[in-house]
Amino acid sequence: MSTDIEALVNREYQYGFVSDIAADTVAPGLSEDVVALISRKKDEPQWLLDWRLKAYRRWLTMKEPHWPNVTYPPIDYQGTSYYSAPKSVKPLQSLDEVDPELLRTYEKLGIPLNEQKMLSGVAVDAIFDSVSVGTTMKTELRKHGVIFCSFTEAVHEFPDLVQKYLGSVVPYSDNFFAALNSAVFSDGSFCYVPKGVRCPMELSTYFRINAAETGQFERTLLVADEGAYVSYLEGCTAPKRSTNQLHAAVVELVALDGATIKYSTVQNWYAGDKDGVGGIYNFVTKRGKAMKGSKISWTQVETGSAITWKYPSVILQGDDSTGEFYSVAVVNNRQQADTGTKMIHVGRNTKSTIVSKGISAGRGQNSYRGKVHVLPKAEHARNYTQCDSMLVGNACGAHTFPYIEVENKTATLEHEASTSKIGEDQIFYLKQRGLSAEQAVSMIVSGFCREVFKELPMEFALEAQQLLGITLEGSVG
Amino acid sequence: MSTTLAPDLAPQADVARQLGPDWLLPVREAALAEFSRIGWPTTRNEDWHYTNPSAIAEGKFVLAAPDERATGERRTPTGTAAHGVTVAHLAPYTFGQDWPLMVFVNGRFAPMLSRLGALQAGVRVTPLAEAMREDRDFLEARLGTVARFDEHAFTALNTAFMTEGAVIHVAKNVEVAEPLHLVFIADEQAEGTISHPRVIIAAEPNAKVTVIESWGAVGTPRHVSNVVTEVDVASGATVTHLKMQRESAAAFHVGTVQVNQAKDSHFVQFTFQSGAQLMRSNIYTHLNGPGCGSTLNGLVLADGTQHLDTQTRIEHVAPRCYSRELYKGVLDGEGHGVFNGKVYVHPEAQQTDGKQENHTILLSDRAQIDTKPQLEIFADDVKCTHGATVGRLDQAAEFYMKSRGISAEHARRLLVYAFAADVLETIENEVVRTGLEALVLERFAGVVV
Repeated sequence: MSTDIEALVNREYQYGFVSDIAADTVAPGLSEDVVALISRKKDEPQWLLDWRLKAYRRWLTMKEPHWPNVTYPPIDYQGTSYYSAPKSVKPLQSLDEVDPELLRTYEKLGIPLNEQKMLSGVAVDAIFDSVSVGTTMKTELRKHGVIFCSFTEAVHEFPDLVQKYLGSVVPYSDNFFAALNSAVFSDGSFCYVPKGVRCPMELSTYFRINAAETGQFERTLLVADEGAYVSYLEGCTAPKRSTNQLHAAVVELVALDGATIKYSTVQNWYAGDKDGVGGIYNFVTKRGKAMKGSKISWTQVETGSAITWKYPSVILQGDDSTGEFYSVAVVNNRQQADTGTKMIHVGRNTKSTIVSKGISAGRGQNSYRGKVHVLPKAEHARNYTQCDSMLVGNACGAHTFPYIEVENKTATLEHEASTSKIGEDQIFYLKQRGLSAEQAVSMIVSGFCREVFKELPMEFALEAQQLLGITLEGSVG
Repeated sequence: MSTTLAPDLAPQADVARQLGPDWLLPVREAALAEFSRIGWPTTRNEDWHYTNPSAIAEGKFVLAAPDERATGERRTPTGTAAHGVTVAHLAPYTFGQDWPLMVFVNGRFAPMLSRLGALQAGVRVTPLAEAMREDRDFLEARLGTVARFDEHAFTALNTAFMTEGAVIHVAKNVEVAEPLHLVFIADEQAEGTISHPRVIIAAEPNAKVTVIESWGAVGTPRHVSNVVTEVDVASGATVTHLKMQRESAAAFHVGTVQVNQAKDSHFVQFTFQSGAQLMRSNIYTHLNGPGCGSTLNGLVLADGTQHLDTQTRIEHVAPRCYSRELYKGVLDGEGHGVFNGKVYVHPEAQQTDGKQENHTILLSDRAQIDTKPQLEIFADDVKCTHGATVGRLDQAAEFYMKSRGISAEHARRLLVYAFAADVLETIENEVVRTGLEALVLERFAGVVV
């Protein structure tokens, strides 16, 4: 490996600062009392508390899964605090009342919360540690009938909608981390786009972990009613800390007949230092249910987290529904990622596309794990899967675990995968054209990831491209 | 005396101890201990996720005891027979050739049906039982060195109970002109039994040899064949291993092929699978020396309620090695196909060149395929690809043929034949290739060649 590539992978994590904000943090530990306390703090109705307790009791009977291709020391579930919120006395009337330190934090992160200065035309729900600190552009959205607010707010204002769809895609019993999340989730975003409405702007949730020794467990529920369209962005950062923090979120998408949901994630949690100390454990359950003629599209750029373990999936329930998954996952230093997707073809004429690009550098381990399952009734199902890996250096690893299960003869499935490296000859060619080694690598990597980046909304695509450059900086040898 | 194989194995340990020879006892004991530790595989085991071998585990199959080992070979007015198997019964498996031949009837060597008379200089083909008695030094250095049984229940069982099989040894620089053919036949007397044949192939530097394994049946006995083939390919040597599995429709077949390859060697393997109600094929190759390579191809034809599972694992240990895999499957009826192909590239294995393809056609509504092409790569300067497709016959091609006056039924048969013939063309041995093509043609195009 050339020194050029080596030199490219190691810039400091720039979102690693800590904000000094007084927080209301529950003492570490987990019990029925803690679950009840979280519920009480949020003034929740009885049905939700009951649901949390059911989830908690189920969680107690479950075992932490160890099938992913990642290794980490055992997690002490009693040593983590399950709730942390910036201290505020009364409910806020407007963003002006938000703690200025908090607003500064989001400014530093480049997230526009201040509505007056808002030109970017993106509605943002900002989640700080466990709670939502503000949602912008609410009034504009309400004009179109779009509900976009924090989960807590939704529970109080739209209990029927929440109760109808909560757990309908990811039941509390789904898996170990989903059960844990269902028991202790603190906040998250809720979005409902009514029948036939095309959401006029991009919606965005920005997650920030600040407090130490806490876990973040948020829940996102997004419902697109018949014929609706919504594009949703998600970003995440956390301070640099030498201990590992657990992030176990659940995202549920419901696309009713003819609806379209486009969900994009740029995940840049703190990844730990170059020796693998600290960083976020990102154990996330994301799933969408696509009804007749609807479409769910996941796009993710995973550059952060010490360990990433997530499989944004689509259940293609309705006839003629479509599922898509576009992913770029980058690991450097000692990062580990086991990520991919599941496409479950239930309805007829269902289509799915999977494009996964994995880049491994340093001592990182990157696994693609995906499943395409065509059930017996899914006539004329169609899947195209492409998963490519690129290795930078010979201390890293790339793995693919695709599971293809077909129970219907009319299905057509194609799967291809390749592994390659950045060729010395490619770099040489670009250098003799006047590019620096760094530009050359960046160009080759961008080209490698192009098919995924073109699926991202424009602002996000730029950010993702920069992020990729930063993550890989110094890995060019 | 015959004993059922129960999961606890306690009564079987005594049987294994009586099998001899004494020098092999510690190896048998270790294999038994490993089997007791891991037990029968279940679908909770990732490698057995899609295949449930409980029918073998619970099937109460017995191991024929030493005193029942003779096949009762005799001359009859119409020729030689062992149990109920005669020369005529072998005909469908021998390609009409008079290649050197070893025949096993119900897991036991049948010398009178075999033909080992005039072997080329530098080639030794010995029945395992004889080698165990008379060739201890050679066997002790070889047996079980390639086929390791840790974490492999069926290989452990084979190691604990093996008594029969073949030992093939080709000396340095010897090119064996004719293929060496091993035929394993079961008849009704195999009903309810389990056999554990072991085949050892050792090719010294620059040797070249083709070994053919054919598995067949007279009638439809319900029995288990648990065969382990271990192949040691020394530097510059080439071993071609062709396996045709056409066991009885009631049989269970577990076949494990383990290979160690040294510098600049080649291993070429082809597996044709159309028999057995449940078949599991494990092919594990270790590319240990720089510049060597493996080519693994296969064709699976399933119908009825057959469950045919092919697993390959290629370990690229040394640099500059290549591997090529092409597996095709045609699944009809309620046939269930499984393919799991793993390519593992160690950090030192730079400049690895790996290609894997798996294509399956589903012909009926109830047919099912689970495929898992897997890459695990720890070196950066590599070129590895895999591709998998599942589909049905090309509608456009079928339409074209119909528009040319070919009936729909005939068009479909021809298309299936063409799909399957594509992988058969990779077989270098012309006799075997045309033989298998005729089999496929007969099955799908209804033509008897």
